[in-house]
Amino acid sequence: MTIVEGAVLTLRATGAVARRQAVSRASRWVFLAASLLGVFVLLYLAYDTIATGASRLSIDFLTSYPSRFAERAGLRSSVLGSVWVMGTTVLLAFPVAIGTAVWIEEFAPRNYLVTIVKLNLANLAGVPSIIYGILGLAIFVRFLDLGPSILAGALTLSLMIIPMTVIAAQEAIRQVPQSTRDGSLALGATKWQTVWSHVLPQALPGIMTGVILAVSRAAGETAALIMIGAFTFIAFDNTNLFDDFTTVPIQIYNWTIRPQPEFRDNAAAAIIVLMVAVLILNLLAAVIRERFRRD
Amino acid sequence: MTRLRVERRPLDREEGAVGLPKASGTPPQGFKPAEQTLFGLRNLNFWYGQKQALTNVTLDIPVNRVTALIGPSGCGKSTLIRCLNRMNDLIPGIRVEGEVTYHGQDIYARDVDPVEVRRRIGMVFQKPNPFPKSIYENIAFGARVNGLRVDMDEVVERSLRQAALYDEVRDDLKKSGLALSGGQQQRLCIARALAVEPDVILMDEPCSALDPIATLKIEDLIRDLVDDFTIIIVTHNMQQAARVSDYTVFMLSDEHATGQLIEYGPTEELFTNPKESRTEAYITGRFG
Repeated sequence: MTIVEGAVLTLRATGAVARRQAVSRASRWVFLAASLLGVFVLLYLAYDTIATGASRLSIDFLTSYPSRFAERAGLRSSVLGSVWVMGTTVLLAFPVAIGTAVWIEEFAPRNYLVTIVKLNLANLAGVPSIIYGILGLAIFVRFLDLGPSILAGALTLSLMIIPMTVIAAQEAIRQVPQSTRDGSLALGATKWQTVWSHVLPQALPGIMTGVILAVSRAAGETAALIMIGAFTFIAFDNTNLFDDFTTVPIQIYNWTIRPQPEFRDNAAAAIIVLMVAVLILNLLAAVIRERFRRD
Repeated sequence: MTRLRVERRPLDREEGAVGLPKASGTPPQGFKPAEQTLFGLRNLNFWYGQKQALTNVTLDIPVNRVTALIGPSGCGKSTLIRCLNRMNDLIPGIRVEGEVTYHGQDIYARDVDPVEVRRRIGMVFQKPNPFPKSIYENIAFGARVNGLRVDMDEVVERSLRQAALYDEVRDDLKKSGLALSGGQQQRLCIARALAVEPDVILMDEPCSALDPIATLKIEDLIRDLVDDFTIIIVTHNMQQAARVSDYTVFMLSDEHATGQLIEYGPTEELFTNPKESRTEAYITGRFG
C-alpha cells in the first residue's frame, strides 16, 4: 500500500479494511441471532406449556391416580414409577459404566480389539431408544420372564444409558494428567491404588456430570418403556421391583392422545413437573461439579 | 579451560584405584568406580517401537554417591534413568534388551514385579507433580499404599525435615500441595519419595522448572541426602553436574547410533581432563 505524498495519515477504517470490519461485525449479530433462536423457541414452549397447564398444578394433581375423568386424573402412580425406575437404573448402570470406562482407559492393552470395542460404544450411544425397547421386550420381559416390571424397565434403560455414560466417564478419566499417575506409580503404588486414590477422585466431577445427564435422558424416555409394556393404567403405588409400572413421560403421551381437550391441560401440567425435575437434576450436576472442582 | 566448580565437600575415596579398566565383568567403555556397585547396566538397548533410544549402554553406578547424566537434548538420558525404575513400562510398544542389575538382581527378569522395584527406587520428575491433596496426604500416601505400619505424623515430619521443607510448612500441613511455590512443590515431591524409605532416588532434571535460588536449595539437599541414599540425577546444566555429583556420565546421539554412552568417570576428572574429544567439545560448549 503506497502512501501518497501529501495525504493525511488516518487510522480510521477505510476501503478494504472497512469492508472486512463490516463483515466481521455483521457475523457477530448472525451468531447472536442463532443462539437467541434456540432461547426464544424454548421460552415460547415454556410459556405455552405453563399457560395451559399451570391451572391444573396442585397437590391433588400429584397425589391422584389416573382416571378417565380429566379433572380427577393425577400423576401419583407415574411419579412413583419414574422414581423407582430411575433409581434402579442408576444402581444398575453406574457401576457397569464406570467400570468399563476405567478398564478401557487404565487397564486395557492398546490393541486392535480394544479399538473395536471403543468404536462400538460410540455406535451404541447413537442407537434409537426404541431398539433398546425391542431388545428389552425380547430378553427381559419375555425370555427372562420378568414381565412388564420395574426391573425389566430399569434393565432396558440401563442398557440404553451405559454407552453414553461410558463415553462421558472416559473423557473425564482422560482429563486426569499423566503426571499424577506417574507420581503415584513412582512411589510403588499399584495400578489399582493409583486409580482408586488419584484418578477416580480427580475424574469424579466429569463422571458425575455424565451420570446425571444420562439420568436426565432416561427420565424423559418414552419409546423404550412403551415397548416393554409400561403404557398401562396403574392405579396403585409401586412397592417392589416386580410391580407393573408407568412413568411420567408415558402418562403425558397417554393424556396427549386422548380426544377430550381437558386432558391436554393435564399433559401440560405433567410436562411442567417433568421439566422442573430435569432442571433440578441438571442443577445438581452443576453443583456437584463445582464443589469437587474447588476441592 | 574455565573453572566449573565451586566449593564442595570432599569425597571419601577408597585407597588406590581410580578406575583402571579391568578384565571381563567390567564395563568395556573403561571406567568402573572402585566402590560398591548398586546398579550394573550391561549392553542395555532400548526401543520406543521401531526407534532405538539407547545403544549398548554399559556402566556401573556406585552406592551412596551422586551420579549425574549429562548430554545434549535427545541423547537418551531420561530414557536411561526411567529404565532404572521400570517407569518406561508404562509406555506401550517399548522393548528392552540387555541387563539392568540392582543389588546383583536383574530388574527386567521375568518374575520381577515392577511395583517392588519402584518401592525401592524412587523418582522425582522434571515438573513438580504434587497430588491435588494436602501436604500431609501427599506424603502419607506413599507410606500408606506400601503398607508401612508407622506413626504417620512422625513419618510426615521426618520426610519433611529430610527434604528441608518442614520449617516452611509446619504451621499448616493441611494446606494443599498445589498452593506451594515451585521450589517448595519439588521439595514436597522429594519428601514424598523419601517417605517410602527407598534405596535410590532418581531425579530427572529436578531443577529445570525452578528459579536459581530454589535450585541451590535442592542442590544442597542432594548433597545432604547422599549420605543415606544413592542419587542419580539427569541434568542439562553442566555447572550443576559439576557442583553436585561425584561421578558423571556423558551420553550422545549421533548419526550412527542414538543413546550411546561416550564417557564416564569421576566428575573432577571428566570436567578437567576428559578422555574423549566429544566430551571435551560438549563441556567447553562447542555444541549441545
